[in-house]
Amino acid sequence: MSRRALLVTVEIATPLAVLAIIWIWTAGAESYYFPPLADVLSAFGDTWVFERFTSDVVPSVSRLAAGYALAVVLGMSLGVVLGQQRTLRRMATPVIEFLRAIPPPALVPFAILVFGVENDAKIFLIAIGCVFPILLNTIDGVAGVEPTLLDTTRVYRIGRLDRLRYVVLPAAAPQIFAGMRTSLSLSLILMVISEMVASTNGIGYFILQSQRSFAITEMWSGILLLGLLGYLFNAIFTLVERRILAWHRGARAGAG
Amino acid sequence: MSATASPARAAPRLRVPDAALPGLGVLAVLAALELVVRAGLISGRFFPPPTDIFSALVRQLGESAYWSAILHTLEGWAIGLAIAIAIAVPVGLALGFSEILYHATRPIVEFLRPVPSVALVPLAILVYGTGLQSKVFLVAFAATWPLLIHTIYGARDLDPVQLETARSFRIRRTDRILRVTLMGAVPYIVTGLRIASATALILAVTAELIIGSEGLGRSINIARQGGAVDEMYALIVTTGLLGWALNSLFAVGERRVLHWHPSQRREAS
Amino acid sequence: MLTVSHISKTYGTGEQATQAIADVSFEVGREEFVCIVGPSGCGKTTLLRIMSGLLSASGGSVELEGGAVAAPPERMALVFQDYSRSLFPWMTVAANVDFPLRRKAIAKGDRRQAVEEALASVGLEGFGARYPWQLSGGMQQRVAIARGLAYRPEILLMDEPFASVDAQTRADLEDLVLRLRHDYGVTIVFVTHDIDESVYLADRVVILSSRPTIVQETLDVPLPRPRDQVTTKELAEFAQLRAHVYRAIKRPDRDQLDQVPATR
Repeated sequence: MSRRALLVTVEIATPLAVLAIIWIWTAGAESYYFPPLADVLSAFGDTWVFERFTSDVVPSVSRLAAGYALAVVLGMSLGVVLGQQRTLRRMATPVIEFLRAIPPPALVPFAILVFGVENDAKIFLIAIGCVFPILLNTIDGVAGVEPTLLDTTRVYRIGRLDRLRYVVLPAAAPQIFAGMRTSLSLSLILMVISEMVASTNGIGYFILQSQRSFAITEMWSGILLLGLLGYLFNAIFTLVERRILAWHRGARAGAG
Repeated sequence: MSATASPARAAPRLRVPDAALPGLGVLAVLAALELVVRAGLISGRFFPPPTDIFSALVRQLGESAYWSAILHTLEGWAIGLAIAIAIAVPVGLALGFSEILYHATRPIVEFLRPVPSVALVPLAILVYGTGLQSKVFLVAFAATWPLLIHTIYGARDLDPVQLETARSFRIRRTDRILRVTLMGAVPYIVTGLRIASATALILAVTAELIIGSEGLGRSINIARQGGAVDEMYALIVTTGLLGWALNSLFAVGERRVLHWHPSQRREAS
Repeated sequence: MLTVSHISKTYGTGEQATQAIADVSFEVGREEFVCIVGPSGCGKTTLLRIMSGLLSASGGSVELEGGAVAAPPERMALVFQDYSRSLFPWMTVAANVDFPLRRKAIAKGDRRQAVEEALASVGLEGFGARYPWQLSGGMQQRVAIARGLAYRPEILLMDEPFASVDAQTRADLEDLVLRLRHDYGVTIVFVTHDIDESVYLADRVVILSSRPTIVQETLDVPLPRPRDQVTTKELAEFAQLRAHVYRAIKRPDRDQLDQVPATR
């Protein structure tokens, strides 16, 4: 078997083997904490394939989407301004760096204090946690636009708006996307945390409740769902990024 | 002043020295907040003036409970991070170094990577209860992933020229592995460590918040529940300072390491 | 058409001040091809940036058709040396050429035609849908030239545009530029460190000194047009002019430099 074929086989076979081992082991071990995989999967089907979909998944994902979108809009707008204004940037940097260093869970009580235990608190928490990677990456991307490109826009007297839309943002896009990707994983984490602390619905809430009422297979089914969602969001993001940044991969491959 | 960047128009400029700008920014924000709150634009119930927060912080410095909370948070962070290093670095090097192992585990790693570690909080409560062990478990689990990923990258980013040079000098295989591969992977590991440290802190505070383990997260929540808003903010600020200090520590180390690494030295083109 | 009067440029202040350019003056007439040469580090690029309005001078002035140049003027275009950094990698070749035209009051159909014409005149017909990084270095520079052309400037500044290309491509590009000057009647100011190139292309060569820079000499190049890579370079006159420039740059006459240069 050629080396390449061997690697591909290994890549496919190993996860399957691991799954099989988990399946068999949990079925036989009679562990309280790790119920049979078969049971977890059936609980998954019962719970999430549409019974609790609207009551928990939809609110969770909508809050995540709202918080993330807010973070993107705020982060990018502020980032563009600060990226282009050196004085403001120098002034704002220590404040931003400090705020960003606060671990987001420490802000949960703050969010609850100001917004209560409704949706707003969770959306706010997600937004404020996710804004910083996007903000900082946007600043870096905008401030780091190739000077010759900017000179070109000056030579041809390109207007400010056109310059922003057609030169600065595309040039900063790879960096901005990196920030958006980091924020994506962060948003999922914050969504779960906020739901475990102050919520009456949501996936995070469900998992914690299941544990408290000792519904272990349901708890695991929730964990599984979170894993799938995390994977799914990442995959979708990668697809979108690939399309928008197709030029970037080509340019990097062509250079040098 | 870089002359190549200056536009042809002369712009009126304030005579503020560049070095003072960061400090000025902090002062400006604090002053603005103070004014806005004192003027009643934001209710003092939700957000006290910065001066009140500051005095609450100073008061806290004298309380043993304050320092105990910090130490508890650091305890969970440190032990969890140590475990993460002990697992992630050897495994990462092994996975990165061996093509077969890398391909075998890649789908598993890629699938488990985006799983939020907080999802395991209920499991931690179940298995380990509400004490330090729970916290350490969560911290270790969460911190392992970024460190693992970065170590794998580092181990795979072998400079073939360096390896060949080592081989041509007939350096013993183990020595070669240690020196060349390890040295090449170090910058990546250090970067991964910085990220893992931040992740570890997040999970430590999360565990304190949700599970109620002793530490800053728990203290912040208790302060809120008790209506001690000033203290709550003082503790949040403390957590921020802690996060900032840890991050700076690792960032400095990272810069040091990246400084000498050959891949970081740009060739004059 | 373009008048450069007593341009000086000093970097830094006080004790650490370095004078890059001391006193440079010359004129460029309509449809002239003027080459600027000088030793390495003599501030050729700085001078061009001042002439284009991208950089402000410490003293002196630049006038384009009577109007002072304080910012990049409407009727001027600039081709940078590093094409890979001046073309937008997220735009196709056609989009790159089209981009400066968007703000001009031209109908869309006319714009497309202008782009096609420009690409055709640099020999890149049909490459409009490609991306710059899919093209070779010489082709990328041609896109940059096409972009400058489509803009229909009255004066085109070029900053060592062929320095990053191989010798054979450079020869083709030199002839391209000459042909374009002939077809479109553009005035061209061309900065280069390549002495042969400067004599081959120019109507006049402005020879700069090393720092602090002054105009050492302006040399007329009365070689017959159209120029040819082989026959022109075989002429005795070419060799003489070339040697003259070479000597001026490599072995400057110190006495000459101390005098205030006579401007044209």
